[in-house]
Amino acid sequence: MTSLENGINAFVEQIDTPIASFFNSCVHCGMCADACLFYTETGDPKYTPIHKLEPMRRVWKRNFTFWGKLAAMLGLSKPVTDAELEEWEPLIYDSCTLCGRCSMVCPVGNDITYMIRKAREGMVAAGHAPDGLKGATVRAVEIGSPMGVTWKTVQAQIKHAEQDTGLTIPVDVENAEYMVLMSSMEVVNFPEYMGAIARIFDQAGVSWTLCSDAIEATNSGIQIGSSDIAAQLVQRIVDGAEKLKVKTVISPECGHAYTAIRWEGANLIGRPYSFKVLHILEVLDELREQGRLQTEGMETAKLTFHDPCQLVRRGGVVEEPRRLLNMVASNFVEMPDAGVWNWCCGGGGGVSANERADELRLKVFSRKKAQLDAVGVETLVTACSNCRIMLEDGAEANNMDLQIVGMAETIAAHLPTKTSTTATEESSS
Amino acid sequence: MTAEALLAWARGPGMQIALAVFFLGITVRIVEMLLIGRAPDLAAPRKSGVAAGWRTVFHRSLPTPGMLKRSPLVFVGGYIFHLGFLIVLVLSVPHIELFHGVWGIRWPGLPRSLIDLAAILSIGAMVALLVHRLVDPVRRFLSRSGDYFAWTVTFLPLITGYFATHHMLLPYTQMLAVHILSIELLLIVLPFTKLIHTFTLFLSRWYNGAIAGRKGVAS
Ligand code: SF4
Ligand code: SF4
Repeated sequence: MTSLENGINAFVEQIDTPIASFFNSCVHCGMCADACLFYTETGDPKYTPIHKLEPMRRVWKRNFTFWGKLAAMLGLSKPVTDAELEEWEPLIYDSCTLCGRCSMVCPVGNDITYMIRKAREGMVAAGHAPDGLKGATVRAVEIGSPMGVTWKTVQAQIKHAEQDTGLTIPVDVENAEYMVLMSSMEVVNFPEYMGAIARIFDQAGVSWTLCSDAIEATNSGIQIGSSDIAAQLVQRIVDGAEKLKVKTVISPECGHAYTAIRWEGANLIGRPYSFKVLHILEVLDELREQGRLQTEGMETAKLTFHDPCQLVRRGGVVEEPRRLLNMVASNFVEMPDAGVWNWCCGGGGGVSANERADELRLKVFSRKKAQLDAVGVETLVTACSNCRIMLEDGAEANNMDLQIVGMAETIAAHLPTKTSTTATEESSS
Repeated sequence: MTAEALLAWARGPGMQIALAVFFLGITVRIVEMLLIGRAPDLAAPRKSGVAAGWRTVFHRSLPTPGMLKRSPLVFVGGYIFHLGFLIVLVLSVPHIELFHGVWGIRWPGLPRSLIDLAAILSIGAMVALLVHRLVDPVRRFLSRSGDYFAWTVTFLPLITGYFATHHMLLPYTQMLAVHILSIELLLIVLPFTKLIHTFTLFLSRWYNGAIAGRKGVAS
């Protein structure tokens, strides 16, 4: 079978009733373009979300509609070609972060993001995925991390965190309440995350553990659109969680990891989990509600929050960060369009792993810049390490004077010092 | 064929053929869609998707924040066209008489002057949307022959209905025959063009809302 045939078969396999309904419903009104930062920031109509699905639409028409089948039989329509898929590769991968905005505006209700996610299955099967993402996926399978982070690196990180905090980082502890996952970016770029979690959990008296077999939460298989690989990566986490018999698995400060493990995972492995999955923001907010998360002092600098798309529009985590920030910040302001209408950092959905997309990504950062300029803050808090790197990159490229921090460390910086020891005593007694 | 004979054919066999194709076409298109199926969602839901599904079916008719500003013409034009079309279709007295003949039920209609106004507004909105489709870069880029065809077959019943009631262009009987034939054309092509969105949009909105609702996501 040629790779083109593989690709077409994968498209056919992905097309379900919702997708057929979406293609049938599209009236070419163009409103989805106005929701997509790749169109609004470039003005190029080819970035209209529904246009990114043209090859898939043609496969649908030819294989699933009465006239399409008839036309194909009579030789009246041309099948999708390899050259066309090649042409669409940058549209499906470089200019879509799976941010979900288009799905919220389409007047006929098309979930275009759902379609693009599925279209990637066809693209990768046809051999048309960006090299950067291919590399990340190979590393995720072979090494266990898209960035090639090994358990050894994590161990070094654990050691640092233990030295910094004076606490023990639990590893492979059975029957803990929470199993903490991380993203490679946190291990490599934001080591403060591990220490922050250790300190918060220590103060709140939470039993938790890392799992040496399953540390990586991100899933390159989903970003590239390969369900087989995605399932394999999810399975590692499921095996780890089941081996350690934990109650809840915590998705780290990462948006796509949350979508992967919280919403796609069970479908990928074909069975429901035996444990719960929560985003770290949900856990922190639960602790806050139970009164187990105590803080002291307030950030007085003017700060704002960048909502990661996968949390706010694809994940359902919206109010948690706001309640948490209000605990520790006295001058928290919202950007225009904050919350469910927030604009993407430009690097989600695998775009950040795809160097070919760098130039376009930085160009469309103008949307984020405009949002930030409108509030004029000194500090930007977010809850996704991928967003954070993209924001740092964009801020640097635009000479913006901005401190960009993660939510967990922002909270950890305000833990009361005294109660911390009491909590440790309580939890160890 | 005389105008009377044409009118009689359009009212009788013509309409029957058109309705048969319409209902059969819609059924085939919907069934072929539903038969594809859909995998169950195994992720533990935050909420049931059903309520959000229904909510989105209705709520998506309202403009989303910010979007009204970004594409005002599409929104305003779209509303006026759809509402005008609907008003003329179900609230003009001759149409009500027709429905009464078929179903035996009757409802109050609007005075002719208001129907005229709705028709004119609807026609105007359609023309504006067409011009926008031709000049706006995104709309022009997205549009294919099917879009212009769908526009034409939707426009014809509106304009011929207006001409007929105002005795314009052709003698009344002839124009009425043309009007009915244009409706039959619309009925026949609806299932096989993008005009099928009239039906599928409810399903699409429901899926969108239900998928989002299970995750506790706005839609
Ligand atoms: S907004 Fe929806 S109906 Fe309009 S062009 Fe995009 S996908 Fe089609
Ligand atoms: S998901 Fe976001 S980036 Fe992708 S097409 Fe839709 S609006 Fe654009």
